[in-house]
Amino acid sequence: MSGLVFESIVKKFGEFTAVHETSLTIPQGKFVCLLGPSGCGKTTLLRMIAGLEAATAGRILLDGDDVTRIPTHKRDFGMVFQNLALFPHLTVGENIVYPLRIRGVSKADCLAAVKRLLDLVQLPDMAGRPVSKLSGGQKQRVAIARALALEPKLFLLDEPLSALDAKLRESMQIELKQLQQKLGITTIVVTHDQREAMTMADLVVVMSQGKVHQVAPPVEIYRKPKDAFVADFIGSTNLISGRISGSGKLAVAGGTLLADDLPATGDVTVSVRPENIRVTAGSGDNTPGCLAGEVSYIRDLGASIEMYLSVAGQQITAITTPSDRPDIAAGDAVSVHFPKDACVVLGDA
Amino acid sequence: MKIKPRTFSDYASIGFPAGMLMVFFVIPFGIMIAVSFFQRVQGAFYEPAFVFDNYARFLTSFFGGILGFSIGLAALVAVVSVLLAFPFTYILTRMARRTQVVWLVFLLSVLSLSEVLIGFGWSTLLSRTAGISNLLVAVGILDKPMSLSPSFGAVMTGMVYQTFPYTVLVLFPALSRLDPSLVEVARTLGSGPVRSFLNVVVPALRNSIVSTLIMVFVFALGCYLLPQLLGKPSHWTLSVLITDQAIYQSNMPFAAAMAVFLVLVSLSLVAISLLYGKKENAA
Repeated sequence: MSGLVFESIVKKFGEFTAVHETSLTIPQGKFVCLLGPSGCGKTTLLRMIAGLEAATAGRILLDGDDVTRIPTHKRDFGMVFQNLALFPHLTVGENIVYPLRIRGVSKADCLAAVKRLLDLVQLPDMAGRPVSKLSGGQKQRVAIARALALEPKLFLLDEPLSALDAKLRESMQIELKQLQQKLGITTIVVTHDQREAMTMADLVVVMSQGKVHQVAPPVEIYRKPKDAFVADFIGSTNLISGRISGSGKLAVAGGTLLADDLPATGDVTVSVRPENIRVTAGSGDNTPGCLAGEVSYIRDLGASIEMYLSVAGQQITAITTPSDRPDIAAGDAVSVHFPKDACVVLGDA
Repeated sequence: MKIKPRTFSDYASIGFPAGMLMVFFVIPFGIMIAVSFFQRVQGAFYEPAFVFDNYARFLTSFFGGILGFSIGLAALVAVVSVLLAFPFTYILTRMARRTQVVWLVFLLSVLSLSEVLIGFGWSTLLSRTAGISNLLVAVGILDKPMSLSPSFGAVMTGMVYQTFPYTVLVLFPALSRLDPSLVEVARTLGSGPVRSFLNVVVPALRNSIVSTLIMVFVFALGCYLLPQLLGKPSHWTLSVLITDQAIYQSNMPFAAAMAVFLVLVSLSLVAISLLYGKKENAA
């Protein structure tokens, strides 16, 4: 089995369980984002891959070999730390060839490697600079080049872009993705920024409180969130709870909604993204999939219009574009339409 | 923005520390410098004069040799202390908070021991009848107990014992501020624990190491009891001679001249360390 496999991995710090029993497969050559709020165990998971934390139980396999007990310095994985951790006493070039130099690679080969790596991260002719003279983005690139110097089997990054300003971060996200595609290296990035994960990842692993909630490509995470945590953490959503009232029908406060994949009986929660909700003026319509509501507030942001609605006592947010804006104002009675394919049934968190 | 002091009252806040420095440092030191140029009166004390005799006498080979030995001993003590204390402190800063506190309290209590206690303690430990050599005999390393003091080794042991806690306390803040991810990144790049320590921790803290070396050196240069308690007369330092001249030979001017010289050596070393540190920071 090629790729990285977690087999029932657990990590405890004393009484506190940072990572609950987790089994996960990361296919080779993929760009994977570990996504979750701070303290969810994503960094601990990454540090266990690097060998910087020992797993309390379970195994980690790389291409079928058990690496759980191999010490960090024998794993040959490249890692970029959140604070980059460039060696302050070395120049850019010396930082980059550090892993080669300690393995006794010749000076000429080291020089060639520096040139190749600096070209790769688009930072040519910087080899002689002291690290302290670099800008944030340049330090970022040097840290990436240093981690890639060994041509590692795994490329690990712990919140690598969090120190950069928003504009630079976006361009680095795209650059990092292109770099990964060029090298075809299995890459695992820890991030709390869902936009970052959506931009870069082939596969997103959503975590909270030491548990993995969902593993899926970004678009699927957005369109088909598995539970309320994922639905709420990725983008914004409306969560509506109700009771199954017949085949494909859900009784909610104020009416009936239609949804696919409904279980036969019981109470469920559905997630409806704001941009999928359609609002029309007048409260006449009361067919299944449509509820009567009242406009409480309209926020016009220019590119989009957010409508805050009160539907049977519940706050519902809908978003539309200026061209589709219904002719309504605060206090008006409206019909709120929930298309069948927009109502995603959530499992237990 | 920096506001420049304009009136006399703006300077009032530094009056108290300046006064203390004046009374307890500048004036006594000035008196010592003055005395170092005075003339000794045989059978009496000294009389005011302005002669260089005291400095001239100091430049003979006997006193020159002692000065050389004192500097060499202090340097060796500084190097050994830092070599022992640096890895120790590094490991200590990576331990649990409680362990750190216990060790620091222990080291502080060692620091509170007087030089006399340390000297007599070690001379007992190194003696033939009650000392460590009996343990070595029991283990089978030595054939029969022997006296390990007085000797150069005994002087070194006592002085390193005295300076070690001081060295740990000086290195502790710098080492506990060291970013642990520097070592972790070195490990992910393929260096083992020892190599990471030598390649990353030591160079990243070379400023602290140099300044600690100099501080311990200056501290050891003033040591005068331990060489007498644990060493032979050939292991006596300049500080011992200064005491001898001042108290037993009643030759204040000569003692003052030697003391001034010792202070100048210490000050120039501190100045060098400051210059070195400035250059490092500018880079």
